[in-house]
Amino acid sequence: MKFFRMLFRSIRDAFKSVFRNFSLSMASISCITITLIIVAVSLIASLNVDHFTEVIKQDVTMVVFIENDATESDLAKVKSAIERLDNIEEITFKSKEESKQEMMDSDEIFKQTMGEWDIKDNPLRDSYLVKVTKLEKIDSTVEEIKKIDKVAVVSYGEGTVEQLVGTFSIIEKIAYGIVIALVIVTVFLIINTIKLTIFSRKREISIMRLVGASNFSIKLPFVIEGMVLGLLGSILPVLGLTYGYVAFYNYFKGNLFSPLIQLIKPEPFIFYVAGVIILLGIIVGTIGSYHAVRRYLKV
Amino acid sequence: MELIRLKDVTKQYKNGVTAIYDMNLKIKKGDFVFVIGGSGSGKSTLIKMLYREEKPTRGEIILGGLNVAKLRNRKVYKLRRKLGIVFQDYRLLPKSTVYENVAFALEVIGTKGDVIKMKTLQALELVGLKGKIRNYPDQLSGGEQQRVAIARAIVNNPRLLLCDEPTGNLDPTMSMEIMKVLEDINKTLGTTIIMATHDKEIVNKMKKRVVVLKEGRLISDYEKGTYAKEAANSF
Ligand SMILES: Nc1ncnc2c1ncn2[C@@H]1O[C@H](COP(=O)(O)OP(=O)(O)OP(=O)(O)O)[C@@H](O)[C@H]1O
Ligand SMILES: [Mg+2]
Repeated sequence: MKFFRMLFRSIRDAFKSVFRNFSLSMASISCITITLIIVAVSLIASLNVDHFTEVIKQDVTMVVFIENDATESDLAKVKSAIERLDNIEEITFKSKEESKQEMMDSDEIFKQTMGEWDIKDNPLRDSYLVKVTKLEKIDSTVEEIKKIDKVAVVSYGEGTVEQLVGTFSIIEKIAYGIVIALVIVTVFLIINTIKLTIFSRKREISIMRLVGASNFSIKLPFVIEGMVLGLLGSILPVLGLTYGYVAFYNYFKGNLFSPLIQLIKPEPFIFYVAGVIILLGIIVGTIGSYHAVRRYLKV
Repeated sequence: MELIRLKDVTKQYKNGVTAIYDMNLKIKKGDFVFVIGGSGSGKSTLIKMLYREEKPTRGEIILGGLNVAKLRNRKVYKLRRKLGIVFQDYRLLPKSTVYENVAFALEVIGTKGDVIKMKTLQALELVGLKGKIRNYPDQLSGGEQQRVAIARAIVNNPRLLLCDEPTGNLDPTMSMEIMKVLEDINKTLGTTIIMATHDKEIVNKMKKRVVVLKEGRLISDYEKGTYAKEAANSF
């Protein structure tokens, strides 16, 4: 009970102090806000990239066409050669007859012309359908497969996908760098804010000592003040991200540019991200205030 | 019963100044003791050691069974809860009311709300300020401000009240008011009081125990002593 009374008092004091030195608090809060907005955007972007590359990966299949003069044993050799490569997720065989049937099923005109072909006349090629594990390495895998004997042509998605993924990973790295720099700046600003509150309340602190407040209860309000700054700093990013993402999602109807790039459904996704943002704000605030208290509130 | 015992206490400050030399002193529970002596004689230093603001360089200070000299910084608050301290400059919170200033002492040690209210009003009644609980310090006379400080010091029912020149900033009439309040506390609550002072009038009128310091040494100790006797040889 006593603990909760002290906690309640500390929280009340922390809020009072934030509003008493409002201009100073605003500087810290703005800095936290900017940092968290960037974190939120990066987080949403990178989670979405992860999500749709996962989806695309399941759809990107390369087709390895085999030369027409290949024998049964050639086919087996090609298959085992492909399987020996390290980026292979799945491989299935599709004979030229199957391809023909597929084409005939898909189109009336094909059906009429191809229906007349005999097995020997079929100009289509036998093929292997190959899926890769790592989409960003698909280019080199294709090169390896092309070198295999009796492989005629390899065709796959135009390369736009992995370009996109590559670009995003660069942007992600830049965003990480910016976030780290901003977090450091923010922590210093918070240290400074709390330092000034400590100095402005010197008298109060000395009276607290005289009347027998414990060190913990003297320090607690200042540490909590940092948490409060972090919490207040996360309000705008959380609101922005929640409404922003839902609007964004609805505007693009869940797909970005092509049906292949699916966005993550807003619920419950945004609640998780919001949780992370609030937590991060509070952590950054606490780190700052904790350091300030350790440095400027000696006992 | 003995509340305080100093054994061979020496205090040397970091700058090399020795403020107290080999002091031995016993103070009984319920006593009212004046500590007198010229400027720089070590009165404040003695008081500071009693509330563990300063640590003695050598010797022992036993206060209510607690070895104050050995007390760790982290544990000082336990000692402070057992005593009240009053200074010449009142040390009130200027932006808080009389009531808030006194209640503050209980709030910061986690006292329950209804207990705070009861004890705060009791303490303010004892110092005669019940009618001014909503005033701010700058709306009070010096004597009234000092009474607020006294109320804050006794609100947690301490066994010991330390006063370092509590009347130093007050005119004789106001000083006597403060002394009445202190005597009342000493009589009705049984609180032991140690008061450092320069004020001849007060010491002469009160006829309490007087401990005389000179250049850091305890040179005389009188039951029901007066300042006048000492005036000649200690200044
Ligand atoms: N924090 C300190 N650091 C160094 N020396 C100090 C410190 N405080 C006091 N002194 C020295 O110790 C001696 C005793 O000082 P103290 O304040 O105890 O005297 P006092 O009797 O209270 O004097 P006054 O009547 O002027 O208040 C003085 O010589 C003073 O200069
Ligand atoms: Mg002094």
